[in-house]
Amino acid sequence: MGLLSRDRGRLRTAGLRAVRLVSLLVAVAAGCFALMAGSPVDPVEAYVGADTAAIGSEQRAQIEERWGLDEPPLERFGVWAGHVVTGDLGTSQVFGQPVTEVIADRFAASLSLLALAWLLSGVLGFTLGLLAGATRGRLLDRVLTWWAYTLASAPTFWVGLLLLYVFSVSLQWTPVCCAAPLGTLPGEVSLLDRVHHLVLPALTLSVVGISPVLLHTRQATLEVLASDHVAFARAQGERLPGLLLHRVARNAAGPALMLQFASVGELLGGSVLAEQVFTYPGLGEATTTAALRQDVPLLLGIALTTALVVFVGNALGDLAHRVAVPRTREVAA
Amino acid sequence: MSSALSPVAGARWADRRTRTLAGLGVALALVAAVVVAGTLAAGPAQVTDLAARHRPPSLDHPFGTDRYGRDLLLRTLVGLRLSLLVGALAALLSGAIALLLALLATAGGRVAAAVVDWLVDLFLALPHLVLLILVAFALGGGTDAVVLAVGLTHWPRLTRVLVSVGRETTAAEYVAVSRALGHGRLHVARRHLAPHLVPHLSVGVVLMFPHAILHEAALSFLGLGVDPGEPAVGVLLADSMRSLSAGHWWLAVLPGLGLLLVVKLVDRVGEDLRLLLDPRSAHL
Repeated sequence: MGLLSRDRGRLRTAGLRAVRLVSLLVAVAAGCFALMAGSPVDPVEAYVGADTAAIGSEQRAQIEERWGLDEPPLERFGVWAGHVVTGDLGTSQVFGQPVTEVIADRFAASLSLLALAWLLSGVLGFTLGLLAGATRGRLLDRVLTWWAYTLASAPTFWVGLLLLYVFSVSLQWTPVCCAAPLGTLPGEVSLLDRVHHLVLPALTLSVVGISPVLLHTRQATLEVLASDHVAFARAQGERLPGLLLHRVARNAAGPALMLQFASVGELLGGSVLAEQVFTYPGLGEATTTAALRQDVPLLLGIALTTALVVFVGNALGDLAHRVAVPRTREVAA
Repeated sequence: MSSALSPVAGARWADRRTRTLAGLGVALALVAAVVVAGTLAAGPAQVTDLAARHRPPSLDHPFGTDRYGRDLLLRTLVGLRLSLLVGALAALLSGAIALLLALLATAGGRVAAAVVDWLVDLFLALPHLVLLILVAFALGGGTDAVVLAVGLTHWPRLTRVLVSVGRETTAAEYVAVSRALGHGRLHVARRHLAPHLVPHLSVGVVLMFPHAILHEAALSFLGLGVDPGEPAVGVLLADSMRSLSAGHWWLAVLPGLGLLLVVKLVDRVGEDLRLLLDPRSAHL
């Protein structure tokens, strides 16, 4: 009986969450569409480009009619949303390809960058946070904490510029731009080349995520080290490395994991800047290009894609938190 | 026991308070100095000297000169003043939105609370920078668009904080007593809610400032913000990319360093304010 009602409760929460998620996605789509429709950019002019003067008002009216621009915004949104649901996001004006293809290509390029940066910031942030917490008040802790706070106030793109100058211009260890050597065909690029071009942008991008993870892990480490079960383990003769490994790491991992998954949005935002600095042909660079060259369909497509990625990130974060911290499973039910 | 301890604790607190106040004063004075210097430098920053192009830092030009021989220190100061202005305007705008929504959520009943909650989630659904790009694009670019874009997108987190503070306050017993005495929502909002929200609001607004500054710089760097002719820090850094491979490091390093210092200063002001207004948080 009790089990049944609990199951029903769980189903109810899951249902509510799904409704909420769908409503948010629809609202994001509608909001983005409204922003684009309200922008002073004239889609016909953006499409025709420099030849605006060459087309007459008749041709203009024809294009507008063909695109349905003479219809009320709500109807246009309906038509657009209908296409989106069937997976058709329109054609990118800048790239001359379907938006879905451009996004798929670019996202594939960005994915390795994002994944590497995400891993780097998570592993570095967690390890350094454990270290800082374990050496509370000593020089190492103070240096790490200061460093984390400073990184948090440094502009991402500036960090990228510094790395670019030091490693690519002065030392010439890494390439100055792009995802592959200039003049090579996409099929010929070796894995080593790819990694070589990836290191610096990934390092820049990981800077965004390190400080929150570091500071939170430090805090969690301090709390766990002050708890009774650690005092008990100490009394049994456990030393600091063992304590960190067996008692602290697991307890601090839950919040860190959740934070790390929730930071996917920040990471995507940072990738716009990092890819601009290193001219890396990923989704972030496409975002800037789309905005600068007024490619509305592409911009809309990117907005929807990134919103979806953020949703997935948050959901995975909740899931990871539940796996790492069994206590929360009971509370959630 | 407590009477024996309190003088010591009191003396230590007074000492710490004085120190915090002094730090706050110095930080505020430095920020003000940057604003004044930036205002004075607006004219001289545009003076070109083609005989002195791409000079590295020297006594004459502490930050060096750019490709038109313009003094980079002056240009950086003008840019920092603009950053501070944009940051201030945007933080105030976002602070006002956050306060309004928080009041609505705490005083307006369950439906209003759910709507505000949903709105916060909606604005956090997109990566912040992508949202900024969309809003700046929709507003057509330029300095006004940047201020609006940054100001209209920074309120969700502060709103969350304010709503939770508001909920805690309205759940307190003295508020229930006040209600039972027949005081209306407006009275509760003004006499009981506001005193609790104001400290969090002011600290939140100041701490929002650095984010706003960094986002303005990012938009300008991408070419979607401040007019490229104006010396904003983001524009200066975007320009520096052209000659980075020629070894003109000062063009990239020094304006960014200036921005980092200003952001840290404002952050310091916010943290000091928090210590003064909410001493308990110092022990967390």
